[in-house]
Amino acid sequence: MATKTPKPELSSLTMKAEARQLSFFYGSMQALKNIDLPIYDRRVTALIGPSGCGKSTFLRCFNRMHDLYPGNRYQGQIRFFPDDIDLLSPKVDPIEVRMRLSMVFQKPNPFPKTIFENVAYGLRVRGVSKRSVLREKVEEALVDAALWNEVKDRLEDLAGNLSGGQQQRLCIARALASNPELLLFDEPTSALDPIATASIEELIHDLKRKITILIVTHNMQQAARVSDFTAYMYLGDLVEYGWTDDVFFRPKHKQTEDYITGRFG
Amino acid sequence: MSAQTAELTAIRKMIASHKRRDLMFAGLGFVALGIAFITFVALFVDMLVDGWPRLSAEFFTNYASRRAEQAGILAAWVGTFSIMLVTAVVAVPIGVAAGVYLEEYGGRNWLTNLIEININNLAGVPSIVYGLLALGMFVHTFGFGASVLTAGLTLGLLILPIVIVATRESIRAVPNSMREAAYALGATRWRMVSDHVLPYSTPGILTGVIIGLSRAIGETAPIITIGAVIFIMFLPPSPINTDFPFVSFDWLWSDFTALPIQIFNWTSRPDAAFQANASAAALVLVAMTLAMNGLAIWIRFRLRRRLKW
Repeated sequence: MATKTPKPELSSLTMKAEARQLSFFYGSMQALKNIDLPIYDRRVTALIGPSGCGKSTFLRCFNRMHDLYPGNRYQGQIRFFPDDIDLLSPKVDPIEVRMRLSMVFQKPNPFPKTIFENVAYGLRVRGVSKRSVLREKVEEALVDAALWNEVKDRLEDLAGNLSGGQQQRLCIARALASNPELLLFDEPTSALDPIATASIEELIHDLKRKITILIVTHNMQQAARVSDFTAYMYLGDLVEYGWTDDVFFRPKHKQTEDYITGRFG
Repeated sequence: MSAQTAELTAIRKMIASHKRRDLMFAGLGFVALGIAFITFVALFVDMLVDGWPRLSAEFFTNYASRRAEQAGILAAWVGTFSIMLVTAVVAVPIGVAAGVYLEEYGGRNWLTNLIEININNLAGVPSIVYGLLALGMFVHTFGFGASVLTAGLTLGLLILPIVIVATRESIRAVPNSMREAAYALGATRWRMVSDHVLPYSTPGILTGVIIGLSRAIGETAPIITIGAVIFIMFLPPSPINTDFPFVSFDWLWSDFTALPIQIFNWTSRPDAAFQANASAAALVLVAMTLAMNGLAIWIRFRLRRRLKW
């Protein structure tokens, strides 16, 4: 496990995104209730909470995934920096939002194409078609995802032939290839074995030097290992937020303490 | 102690009786399968024995004739082939596009439900009704006459529901996780459909198209209704010729005949030699159908292997 850097002053950190009074409705059911949450630049922010608390719903607001299904409604804002736009505004094109933020899903979902084509897809969507440019960027992404050494000799193999952990790292490489400004992880290791999980956690630790990460996890210990900031949610409310150490060792709310010590969840 | 043994014996008797019933059902199923299989084999062998001696190079290159020994299926198989070409060109783009629209763009509302019900019903409409429709619309109103074009359009409409349903089923089989992954990378809906949904549904769509075509190949009623000729001594004009522009579409407007019609015609002659001809032609038709189905299975096998999710 990497050494913990001493905590800087909050004022010295820049915000990458900020949820302001964010609410969300699935039809008439309110899944998120007036959430205010900062996401600091090049830090890992973890969202924890019991099943159904809304953490995945919250995550999917950032890249407007809810727009894909009928009957959903956003309320409030997600400010995105440095240009200070509201990601949820109907005037902001969700396609553009998704080009600036990338997401890694719970169950690895590589396309049934070659490893190369999987990583290159985000680039192709952005109009990059020159083979030399693609090759360079695909290699860069696979190196960043700690997968390059394992696949460099078989980029034309089908992605489906990789193991679960490798597939998830491939999905991470795919997400990284287009240089996103914010990386969203939706329980990325819940479908993986402990060894694959450990390699992905180490990867996240390395990635955060370059990119801001928001990670949803049902695994509290993972949040404690990997994140700088932790937000605890319960039934759509943001109960507590702070430095990970503070939330885990000095929680302000009894409810947080109960969840963390395993009294429920 | 004794009560327990009695209970155990009762349970064992019940299990034995259930197993007997199981065996009986398996036996009945096997007999049913056997009946169906033997019937088909008997018909096929009968056709084979009658028709095989007649199969020769001349059979494929001769026109029909009043003399049974000289009669051949040249006009018939060229006609069938030309019609299938037009059928495919009509049914595939329209059917696939309709299927894509209904699955990816349509959404679930009363209109798409109505369309879906209508399409499913159309699959069950007797083929002669399509013939009547074609007679009124294509032959007379549009003025296409009793041509290869009309036959292709009619059969194209006939198999359209099959293609649409096959397209929809294949598209539905693509897991939503693929769509979300594509969207999350910034794809628009059309990009997602053309880069992912369509390529991954291609095996299923191709299979459906080929099955549709193998149904169309044997349809007799509609093409008789629109006026396919029974006895024809010429072929449609060649699509390729030596004058500019080298490609001609005159063959679309030509009179034609087809294999099913030729078979029907020969079967209605009392002469045993013509019966043999009919069997031979039927063998050719069955062989074409089996070949198409075999191709469908092979394509599905080869392309599905790449689809791991």
